Amino acid sequence: MTANIPGLEPLVDDVSSVPSAVEERGVGRRHTSRRRLYLRRFLRNRGAVVGLAILALLILFALAGSLFTSYTYTDVDFANLSSAPSPEHVFGTNGAGNDTYAQAVHGLQRSLVIALAVSLLTTMIAAFVGAAAAYLGGLPEKIILGVVHFLLVVPSFLILALVSQRAHGDWRVLILVLTVFGWMFGARVVWSLTTSLREREYVQAARYMGVGPVRIVLRHLIPNIGSLLIVSFTLGVVATVQSETALSFIGFGVQLPDVSLGTMLSDGANTVSSAPWLFYFPAGLVTLLTVSMALIGDGLRDALDPTSRSGGRA
Amino acid sequence: MSVPVLSVRDLEVSFPSEAGRVDAVRGVDFDLHPGRTLGIVGESGSGKSVTSMAVMGLLPDYAAVSGSITLNGRDLLGLDDRQLSKIRGRELGMIFQDPLSSLTPIFSVGRQLVEALQIHQDLDRDVAWKRAVELLDLVGIPNAAARARSFPHEFSGGMRQRVVIATAIANNPGVLIADEPTTALDVTVQAQILEVLKLAQAETGAALILITHDLGVVAGTADEVMVMYAGRPVEKAPVDVLFARPRMPYTIGVLGAVPRVDSAARAPLVPITGNPPLLIDLPPGCPFEPRCPISVARCADGEPELGPASRTTAGHTVACIRADGIEDGQIDGAPVYPLPPVPESPAVALPRDQRPAVLELTAVSKTYPLLKGALLKRRVGWVYAVSEVSLDIREGETLGLVGESGCGKTTTLVEIMNLRRPEHGTLRVGGVDVAELRGRGAERELRRRLQMVFQDPMGSLDPRLTVFDILAEPLRAVGEADRAAIGRRVEKLMELVGLDPEHSDRFPTAFSGGQRQRIGIARALATSPSLVVLDEPVSALDVSIQAGVINLLNELKAELGLSYLFVAHDLSVVRNISDRVAVMYLGRIVEIGAVDEVFEHPRHPYTEALLSAIPVPDPQVERTRKRVLLRGDLPSPTDSSPGCRFVSRCPLHLTLDDAQRARCTDETPALTGGGDVDHRNACHFR
Repeated sequence: MTANIPGLEPLVDDVSSVPSAVEERGVGRRHTSRRRLYLRRFLRNRGAVVGLAILALLILFALAGSLFTSYTYTDVDFANLSSAPSPEHVFGTNGAGNDTYAQAVHGLQRSLVIALAVSLLTTMIAAFVGAAAAYLGGLPEKIILGVVHFLLVVPSFLILALVSQRAHGDWRVLILVLTVFGWMFGARVVWSLTTSLREREYVQAARYMGVGPVRIVLRHLIPNIGSLLIVSFTLGVVATVQSETALSFIGFGVQLPDVSLGTMLSDGANTVSSAPWLFYFPAGLVTLLTVSMALIGDGLRDALDPTSRSGGRA
Repeated sequence: MSVPVLSVRDLEVSFPSEAGRVDAVRGVDFDLHPGRTLGIVGESGSGKSVTSMAVMGLLPDYAAVSGSITLNGRDLLGLDDRQLSKIRGRELGMIFQDPLSSLTPIFSVGRQLVEALQIHQDLDRDVAWKRAVELLDLVGIPNAAARARSFPHEFSGGMRQRVVIATAIANNPGVLIADEPTTALDVTVQAQILEVLKLAQAETGAALILITHDLGVVAGTADEVMVMYAGRPVEKAPVDVLFARPRMPYTIGVLGAVPRVDSAARAPLVPITGNPPLLIDLPPGCPFEPRCPISVARCADGEPELGPASRTTAGHTVACIRADGIEDGQIDGAPVYPLPPVPESPAVALPRDQRPAVLELTAVSKTYPLLKGALLKRRVGWVYAVSEVSLDIREGETLGLVGESGCGKTTTLVEIMNLRRPEHGTLRVGGVDVAELRGRGAERELRRRLQMVFQDPMGSLDPRLTVFDILAEPLRAVGEADRAAIGRRVEKLMELVGLDPEHSDRFPTAFSGGQRQRIGIARALATSPSLVVLDEPVSALDVSIQAGVINLLNELKAELGLSYLFVAHDLSVVRNISDRVAVMYLGRIVEIGAVDEVFEHPRHPYTEALLSAIPVPDPQVERTRKRVLLRGDLPSPTDSSPGCRFVSRCPLHLTLDDAQRARCTDETPALTGGGDVDHRNACHFR
C-alpha cells in the first residue's frame, strides 16, 4: 500500500535522454547535493546544533585554556593547598597544591585524545573486519565471527585494568588496549548490516566485472554503511570517555603525574564534602563532553536516515 | 444515464517535501456509474495512486487535500478517520498491489474475512464463517471450506490476491478500487485475477476504479479510461475511442511506446524524450510541453483545460490546445512522433550457422539442497532449479529467455555469470570451456567479453560512487591503469548511451530511472564485450522511458555487433528485441526457436497459454480473442520424477486418452521438431 509520492528524493537533473537526438536540456534546475541535504537536516535538529557548539567550546578550551593561567598541570603552589576557587586559582587547587584549572585543561586534552583515537581505530577495525566477514561468507565468515564472539565474552575490563596497571598508566598503552578490546561489538553490528548489502546488485555487478574482494569491501561495502560508522564513531567517543574515566576512577587508567578527567574525578570524589570544586569541575566537563557527543550522534543518525522525521514540513 | 455512485470534483492533493510543496494531484474530476469500470493509467508519479488513496481517505495527515469526493451523496473529505472507517470496506472496497502485505500473516484467511464481515454487519460467527467460505469459493479458491483455515503464507501470490478480492467484496461495496492489482503477479496468474475481478464486479454490481500502468490490462477491462500526466487528467474517453483515436500527444506517444506481442514488425518504438516533470513549482503552461514533439509557443502560456476538441465523440475530452489538428496519430498530415530509422546489424548478413557462437550451454543443470533443522542442517531434498538447459547464441544475435517467476531464468544467468564449471553439462563462453579456465588472468579475459546489465537501475549502481567511477570500474578491473585512457573511454561511453559526458562527476541519485539504466548499459559496454547479459533491463521503467532504452539496445547491437542474452517476463518486449526466443518452465526449456515462428505458431501448450495471457493494448483484439486460461500455480520444483513438468496445468493433457496421458506422466519429453525451421519444443503430442 504505497502511494508514489514524487519529489521526496534529492532532485533529479534532466540530462538529454535520447541517443539519436543528442540535445542539451535544462541542467540549470535546482540541485540539492547530498552533503548540503544532510547538513540542512542536521542543522534542523536543535539539540544536535547545541551539542556541536558545546563540543567546539570544549575543544577550544582544551587547546587554548592553558593560555589563561600561569600554572601548568604539574606546577605546585605551596601557598595554596586545597584552596577554594579564587582569582588566583579560578577552579581552586587540590591537596598537593596543583592548579585545578590547569589540570582540567590538560585532563580534558588527554581524555579527548584517548577517546577520539580509540573510537576512530575501533570503528575502522570494526568496519573492515565486519564487512570482510559478511562479503567473504562461508568458512572465513564463520572463523571471523567465532573470534568476534569469543572476544565478546572475554572479561575485557579486567584484562584492561591489569595491562594498563603493568604499563604504569601510559596513555598510549591505554589507547591500544581499549582498541583491542573495543572493536568486536561494532564488527558484529557492521557484519549484520553488510550481510544484506552483499546481496545488492551493485556488489554482484562488481563481482561479475572481476573486481577483487578487498576492493569490493573497501569501495562498495564500507562507504555504504558510512552513516552507521559516523554515528558509531560519535557514540564510541562517549563510550570511551566513560570507560577511560571509569578505569582512571578505580585507579587503573592514566596515572600520576599525568592527569585525565577520570583521575581528577577519582581524587575529587574523596574530598567531595571538604573540597567540592575538585569533583564538580571535572565532573561538569565529562558530562558536557558525553552529552554533546550523544546529541551530535543523535543528530547525525536522524540526518543520515532517510526515513527519519527530520524531513520537515511545508 | 444513472446517478453516479462516486463523483470526484477538483481534487487536489499536495505533500510537503525537502525541496518544497509537491502538488501530486492537481484537479481531477470524474464520475463513476454503477457497474462501470474506470481505468486510470499513467506513469509512476502521475498521481493515480494518490487519487485513489484520497478517495479512500488513506493519505497521511500531512497531505493537504481539497476539492470534493462524493460517495452516494455524502462528501467524504469532511469526515474524520472514525467515520471513514465505517465507509471503507462497506461502501468502498480496496484491492492493493501487494497481496502479501495486505493480509495479516498471523490470522487464517477465513478469520480475516469473518472480521471484515462482522465489523460492518451484525452477523454471528457461524453465519459469517459460512459467508466467508462462500466468498472464497466465489473467487475460485479450490476446496474453500478447508482452505479458509489456512494462513496467508500457505497461499501463492495469485491465491492471496483472490483472498484480497474476496475481502474487498465481502460487504457488497458500491465501489471497488483496485490499485495495480496484477502488477506483482505473473502473466498467466494475471489473466486469472482479471477474470476473478470481472466476476466479482458482476456479482456485486459494483463500480470499479482500476489503476494501472499496463495499457493492455486497461484495454481488456475498462469501459472508460482516464490518462493522467503530472497530477492531471490529460485525456478521458471511452476505451474504444481512446485506443483508436487518441488526441493528446502524450497518449499517442505512450500507445506507440508499448511493444506489441501480436506484431511481427520490428519497428522502433516511439520514444518520448525527457522525463516527467517534478511536481514542485510547476511552471505555467502545459506540463507535457517540454517533452511534446509538436509544442508551439502558445503551449507554454497556460495549462490547457480538459475539454472536447473538434470532431471528438461524446465523452471524449482532451487537454491539448492543438488537439483539433490531430487525427490518427498525425498532425496536419505529418506523424506526431517521427520514428527513428531501423538499425541494421552487419553481422546478420551471414547466415546463422556460419557465425561463431559466443555462448554455448550444453545440458547445464543446477540443484540447490533443501535443508531442514535449526542447528544441524540436514538435507531433505533437492530443488531442481535448472535441468538440462541447452542453448547457444551466435554473434550479433539476441536470444530472449522468457518464463514466469521461479522458472529458472535467473539461475541460468547466475550459472553463466559465475564462470564456474556447472554441476552437469558444459558452459562455453566465446568458444572457451569455463571448466578449463586456469588462473585469474584467463578469467579476467573472459569477463572482459561477458558483461551484464541488471534489472533494478537504482540497486545496480553504487550510490556512493560518481558516474565516472562507476564506468571506470570495469576498465580498472580488467587491468586498465592509464588514467587518460579511462577518461577518454568514459566520455565515449556516456555519448554512446546518449548522456552528457559533462555529468559524469555526479552521483547516480541525480539521474532518473531511465538515465540510470543507460549508465548501467554504458558500464556493461565499457570493456567492449561481445556478449551482454540483460536481466529484465526495462521491467522497472515506465513505458515512455522503456521505449527509449529498448531503441538504444537495438541501436547498440547493430552498431557494435553485440550479442544479447535477454531475460524477461514481458513477452512483448522480447518479441521486439529478440531474434530467437527460449521459453522456460520449471527449470526446463519447453520451446525454443526463431522469435516470429514461436510467437506466430506456438506449439507447446505452455507457450500457447503464456502468449494468450498477455494483454494487448487494443480493446478490439483484447475483447475478441480466445484465452487459454491455466489452472493453478507453478508446482514445486523439488520433484525429480520423470514426466512432463507441465502436466498438472496442461490444458492439452485433459483432452488426451489414457495411454497418451500415461506417456505425459512417465516420460520426460525432449526438445524435438524443427526440420527446416528453427523451432523445437518439448511436448510429446505437438
